[in-house]
Amino acid sequence: MHSKSLVELAAGLQAGEFSSEELTRACLDRVGRLDGALNSFITVADEQALAAARAADACLQQGEAGPLTGIPFAHKDIFCTQGIRTSCGSRMLDNFTAPYDATVTAKLQAAGAVMLGKTNMDEFAMGSSNETSFYGPVKNPWNTDTVPGGSSGGSAAAVAARLVPAGTGTDTGGSIRQPAALCGVTGLKPTYGRVSRYGMIAFASSLDQAGPFARSAEDAAIMLGVMAGFDERDSTSVDRPVEDYRAGLGDSLKGLRIGLPKEYFGEGLDAGVAAAVEAALEEFRKLGATVTEISLPNTHLAVPAYYVVAPAECSSNLSRFDGVRFGYRAGNPQDLTDLYTRSRGEGFGAEVKRRILIGTYALSAGYYDAYYLKAQQVRRLIRDEFLQAFEQVDVIMGPTAPSTAFRLGEKADDPVSMYLSDIYTIAVNLAGLPAMSVPAGMPGDMPAGLHLVGNYFAEGRLLNIAHQYQQVTDWHLRCPEGYE
Amino acid sequence: MSLQASDVEKIAHLARLGIDADDIPEHTRNLSAILAFVEQLNAVDTAGVEPLAHPLEATQRLRPDTVTEVNDRENFQHVAPQTEAGLYLVPKVIE
Repeated sequence: MHSKSLVELAAGLQAGEFSSEELTRACLDRVGRLDGALNSFITVADEQALAAARAADACLQQGEAGPLTGIPFAHKDIFCTQGIRTSCGSRMLDNFTAPYDATVTAKLQAAGAVMLGKTNMDEFAMGSSNETSFYGPVKNPWNTDTVPGGSSGGSAAAVAARLVPAGTGTDTGGSIRQPAALCGVTGLKPTYGRVSRYGMIAFASSLDQAGPFARSAEDAAIMLGVMAGFDERDSTSVDRPVEDYRAGLGDSLKGLRIGLPKEYFGEGLDAGVAAAVEAALEEFRKLGATVTEISLPNTHLAVPAYYVVAPAECSSNLSRFDGVRFGYRAGNPQDLTDLYTRSRGEGFGAEVKRRILIGTYALSAGYYDAYYLKAQQVRRLIRDEFLQAFEQVDVIMGPTAPSTAFRLGEKADDPVSMYLSDIYTIAVNLAGLPAMSVPAGMPGDMPAGLHLVGNYFAEGRLLNIAHQYQQVTDWHLRCPEGYE
Repeated sequence: MSLQASDVEKIAHLARLGIDADDIPEHTRNLSAILAFVEQLNAVDTAGVEPLAHPLEATQRLRPDTVTEVNDRENFQHVAPQTEAGLYLVPKVIE
C-alpha cells in the first residue's frame, strides 16, 4: 500500500479496497519499523491517528469523502496541534502542548486527512540540514550518512521513505524546496499569504509560508488545495479564492517560455546537478517550451539580505519565549532578569542563539539603517528584478540546491557555508513568489532537484508544468533502497 | 565588521539571552563572519529605494472593534510554568 500515490490511495479508499484504519496501521507499522534509522518523527500520534482514521472510514461509508479523506500525512512540528506536543524542534517547547490548532492543522483535519504525527525539523526552522534539532538530526533515506536538508527535513525524509504519502512543511528561505530536492520528493512553497500562518510558530513573519510535500505534483496539488485559503486570523493572509489546482494539470506546455538566469549556473554549482537541470530543460523543449537566458544581476545579494531580515524578525518573534507564559523555565531563578536570561540560554540551541544575536545587533540603536533598512531596500531590488523577468518569461528554472545531499557534520561548524546551500531558494522568499522543487536526476546516485519559480499566485501553473514533466520522466518515482 | 567579546556580551544582554562564557569566543568569531558576509550589501546604491516590508505591499486589514473571542484563560494558562489565581508568577520584582 505504501508504494501507492496519494491519488491512488484516495481511489482505493473510495472504492472500498481498504479502509483508512488499515492504511493508517500500515503507515504506523512502517514508521515503527523504519524510522529508528531516519529519526524523521519527533512525536508519533498513534491513538489520535487511528481515531481520525475511523472517523474518516465513517465518512467514506456515508459517501461524504473528499480527496484527502482517510489519507495519512506527516505534519511538521511547527504547526500547533491541540492536545499533541508542538516542540518546533526545540528544548524550549519540549514540554509544550498547544492549546489550539493551527489553521493548516484544522483545515487538513476538516478535510478528513489523518495526521500520523509531528515531524522533526531544524530548531525553530533555522537550519538547512536538520542538524540543529533538539531531537537529533534526521538522516536522508537515500544515504543515512547524509543530511535530508532543512528545515523541514523530517517531512521530506518521511515522504521519500514512503512512510506517508504526503507531508507539510514551511519555507522561510528554502525549507520546503531544499529538503525536497535532497530527498527526491516534490515540494511547493506558495505565494506569501496564500496559506495561513495562524498557529504556525513564527520564525521570520514576512518570509514564512507553509506548503506541501508529496511524491508527485498531482498529489501536491491536492494537498495545497486543502491547505490554501484566506484566514482572517492571519493579518497577511490574502483574500483571494483558491483555484482548483488539479484542473489545469493536463494543460499543454506548448509555447511555455522558460527563463534561465545565467547567475544560477556559475561558481559553486555541482556539475552533476547542472547536468541534471540541463537534461530537464531538454525534456521541456520536447514538450514545446522555449528556453531563454535571462539575467537576475542582484542574485548574489539575496543571501546577505536574507541574513539580516530573517534574524531581525526572528529576534523579535522569539522574544516571546521568556519562561513566563509557556515553554521552558530555568530552575531557581534569582530575579526576573535571571529568569529570562537563563530560560532562554538553556532553552535555545546554538544556531537559534546565533540568529537572535545577529538580529538583535541589526535592530539595535545606531545600526538599524545600516542593516535592516538597507536589506529591505535590497529586497525591493530583488523583487523588482523578478517582476521584470516575468514580463519576458512564464517560469524561471534552475537548480534547487547547489549540490546533492552533503554529509552530516560537513557544514555544521561554518554557518556562512551552510547559509549558501539556500542560495537559489532564498531570493524567492524575499520576493514572496511561489516556487517548487521536483526530482530531476540522480547524479552520484543521490537526488537532484529542479527549481521552478512562478509569478504571484501561479501555483496552478507551476503544478501543471511539474505534472507535465512527471508524465515524461520517472525521477519522482525512484525509491531509496530498503524502502520499496 | 569585527566584533569584540564585549560586543557579544552586550548584544546577549539586550536579547536577555544567556550564553556560556566558554562559548563567547566562538559566537564572536561566527557573528563577525556573518556580519562580514552581509557587508556586501553596502556596495549597492539604494538611494531613493523604498524598503520592501511586505512582498505584495499589502497593508494591515482592519476589523470592526467588536468582541470575537471568549475568555479561555484556563486553557491558555495550563501550559504556563507557574500560575496562581489566574496570574502568571515570576520572581519578586519590587522589594
